[in-house]
Amino acid sequence: MIRPKLSRMKKIVRALASLCVTMTLAAPLQAGITPKRSVLSSGMVLLTSEQRSLPMVSIELLIDAGSRYDAAGQEGLANLTARLLTYGTKRRSALQISDALDFIGASLSAGSGEDTASLSMTVLKKDLATGLELFAEVLTSSTFPQEEIDRQKQSVIAAIKAREEEPGDIAERRFAAALYPKSPYGRPVEGTEASVQKLQQKGLREFFERAYRPNRAILSVVGDISHEEMTRALDEAFRSWKKGEPSGSPLVPAKHGPAQVIRVNKELTQANIILGHQGVGREHPDYYAIQVMNYILGGGGFSSRTMDSIRNEKGLAYSVYSHFSAERKRGEFQLVMQTKNETAQEAIQIAKEEIRRIREAPVSEQELSDAKDFLTGSFPLRLDTNRKVASFLAQVEYFQLGLDYPGRYPDLIRRITRDDVARVAGQYLQPEKLITVIVGDLKKIGEK
Amino acid sequence: MFRRLAFPLVLFAFLNAFTKPADATNVREFVLDNGLKILLLEDHKSPAVTFQVWYRVGARNERDGKSGLAHFLEHMMFKGTPTTKPEEYSRIIAKNGGRSNAFTTSDQTVYFATMSRDKIGVEIELEADRMANALLGDSYFEPEKKVIQEERRLRTDDNPASALSEVAGAVAYTVHPYRRPVIGWMDDIQNLSRQDLVDFYKLYYAPNNAYIVVTGDFSTEEILAKIKSAFEKIPRGAEPPKVRAEEPPQRGERRVILKKEAELPFILMYYHAPNLKSPDNYALDLLSVVLAGGRSSRLYHELVYKKRIARNIDADYSGVSIDPTGFSVTGQLMPGKESAEVEREIDGLLEKIKSELISERELQKAKNQIESSYIYAQDSIFGQAMKIGYYEAAAGWRMMDAYLDGIRRVTREDIRRVAKQYLDRDRRTVGILIPTKEKSQ
Repeated sequence: MIRPKLSRMKKIVRALASLCVTMTLAAPLQAGITPKRSVLSSGMVLLTSEQRSLPMVSIELLIDAGSRYDAAGQEGLANLTARLLTYGTKRRSALQISDALDFIGASLSAGSGEDTASLSMTVLKKDLATGLELFAEVLTSSTFPQEEIDRQKQSVIAAIKAREEEPGDIAERRFAAALYPKSPYGRPVEGTEASVQKLQQKGLREFFERAYRPNRAILSVVGDISHEEMTRALDEAFRSWKKGEPSGSPLVPAKHGPAQVIRVNKELTQANIILGHQGVGREHPDYYAIQVMNYILGGGGFSSRTMDSIRNEKGLAYSVYSHFSAERKRGEFQLVMQTKNETAQEAIQIAKEEIRRIREAPVSEQELSDAKDFLTGSFPLRLDTNRKVASFLAQVEYFQLGLDYPGRYPDLIRRITRDDVARVAGQYLQPEKLITVIVGDLKKIGEK
Repeated sequence: MFRRLAFPLVLFAFLNAFTKPADATNVREFVLDNGLKILLLEDHKSPAVTFQVWYRVGARNERDGKSGLAHFLEHMMFKGTPTTKPEEYSRIIAKNGGRSNAFTTSDQTVYFATMSRDKIGVEIELEADRMANALLGDSYFEPEKKVIQEERRLRTDDNPASALSEVAGAVAYTVHPYRRPVIGWMDDIQNLSRQDLVDFYKLYYAPNNAYIVVTGDFSTEEILAKIKSAFEKIPRGAEPPKVRAEEPPQRGERRVILKKEAELPFILMYYHAPNLKSPDNYALDLLSVVLAGGRSSRLYHELVYKKRIARNIDADYSGVSIDPTGFSVTGQLMPGKESAEVEREIDGLLEKIKSELISERELQKAKNQIESSYIYAQDSIFGQAMKIGYYEAAAGWRMMDAYLDGIRRVTREDIRRVAKQYLDRDRRTVGILIPTKEKSQ
């Protein structure tokens, strides 16, 4: 009954979330959501969905300020910039900001990924003016005080260290480094201890001035407010926010790392395993056929082949799944599992066998229709909270899917045939390119 | 994907921290002749329905040497009935656009699916079927045992903070079954037999030892008819044995050290505290928010922000449990810091809150945080169903109604009083994780 916050739990939640991202993006809007879109004079794209049933508002901002802009030796700059947004503005100190937010029971969090940074807020309707003022303030007038920079550097370095005790996380980072050699996508968003130490106030301020501009931002708002009300409120709150240089297009990774086996020795009872290679970007026309194929292989939870053969038949793993995650211009295929050290080789063999099988023999009609039924049938149900709708709308815009995407989605899935599945399995599952990462007790695994 | 969870309270910690559920006043209760209680809350904001079956059985009902039994049974409930093949349940739900899962806690075992209004009948039929006819097939027993042992390795054995909390729990309680981990000790899992599962199933899985919670987009009349037609025919079972164990008062601090491969030390303090049946539960909830709710809270501001000795800090009180529970303070240390220093600082701040009144504004801030979370929590029909379910197990769902009023009535004096009464060093267990490192490569 003692329940501390468990770091592993966060990992699982995150793994689940990344699964949901793919699914969510592949999911049309629920009935009754009527999104509106406009481009404000500042260049910011505003998306709203009015939901009057609860007196609350969820806000999600995506901005072209990700770690792909980090120069070599400056890794961690974008991340530190995002983290520092809520630690000091021209009007308020870090404590004044957090106290003001806590007093109205609002949440405001900022973070950075490889391609974009994001800022999220949930606030009661009655406190929206206060919340929005803070939201705008951190975006337009953050000051990056030296004292706070020092604090946050320490905190990021501690986070880098803490990640070393999460075996799944270690495997992820090693996989990214191997897949994207010499690319910002292969480096951790947080940077390294050495690179974070080197970051300077000047660099942070410059990056903030350049990247945090309204014409590089998508703002998604869901809750107890109309598009018109929100537009007026934004005009007021963001008056001082001026256009800057436009968004750059995300990078297309120049080259991917070759097949290899990466072994990390740690005193663990389980081997944490990733098998994977490059995938496709979100804009690729085969994206939907790949999602259907992957559902059958390992994306469909207890309906998937790997769950059947690795968990149910052999009892080798508690969690085993595969995913084709996609950013705009790049993507990854991964099959992820944990099994006791002694059975690592056996589990890897079975996983490879499943990859071979779906490439060489057509899936059954039943498997295909089950996959399509789930993907289309669950669509109205997945976006069941305001927060999820807000993040979905921002991504629809970011991936340029169009507000008619929800209506088009069922057809995009239904038209996939067994031949399509066979074709994309043959084309996008590439056994000769598999990068294998194993984190565990290498002696027991038989890798030493 | 991650169905059959052993520690949902942790997974849902974001709800647990200081959120409470929807208006109990809108919940409608029905009881079938066989004793099955049905709790319905219509909410039409999204086109989904969450259907949950809660069995009043968990690790709390296990006996020594049989830990992990309730959770093992939960896994085996997916191995089919005479009319549903093993593992087919999940496929049927998915094919109908639904998502399903199950979890076990100390107090209960819960099965659920979220589906559209026109498909939820499928789930209702399947749940009724496995309440009465689960096969717990022999040939699936050994492979599933291995799966559960892998689950234990993943969640506990290779997770330092989780391993610390397990061993601290075993020390904090001496008599009460809350001392046992929900997933079970590795050896106990190994020694469980299929017959253990069959007996446990027969004893506890009956309509009179379960209740149903449904939230979302349905009409009460329609869903009630479906539930009746599926569950009414299941006969009432014998009254299951009651758990009467009471933890004797703790007299003197207990300490537990865990040395394990890890990067950063971790500290945990667990104080025995009453559950929501005590009127002090409201003040304890607020106390946890004053201490660690948000960046401006006392512990966070001092330890994480100002002194930079902890990476993170949390104070958690979750009184929604059947038997008295605990108030805990946990934190991961910054690199190079000593647990003794962090412990001293935490103790200093706790002493302060026991001796000096917090400010009116601080109290108001904590109340505002709880009230806003109360509204945010209603954004999810699944979250609402979870709260109704937890309340029903602990003290009856009607207790939800008293919650906000109870919070509003708490005074600064109450906060000081409960801090003094329950944050008593003689009634706590302190757990410390000391990282060891054996880098062989």
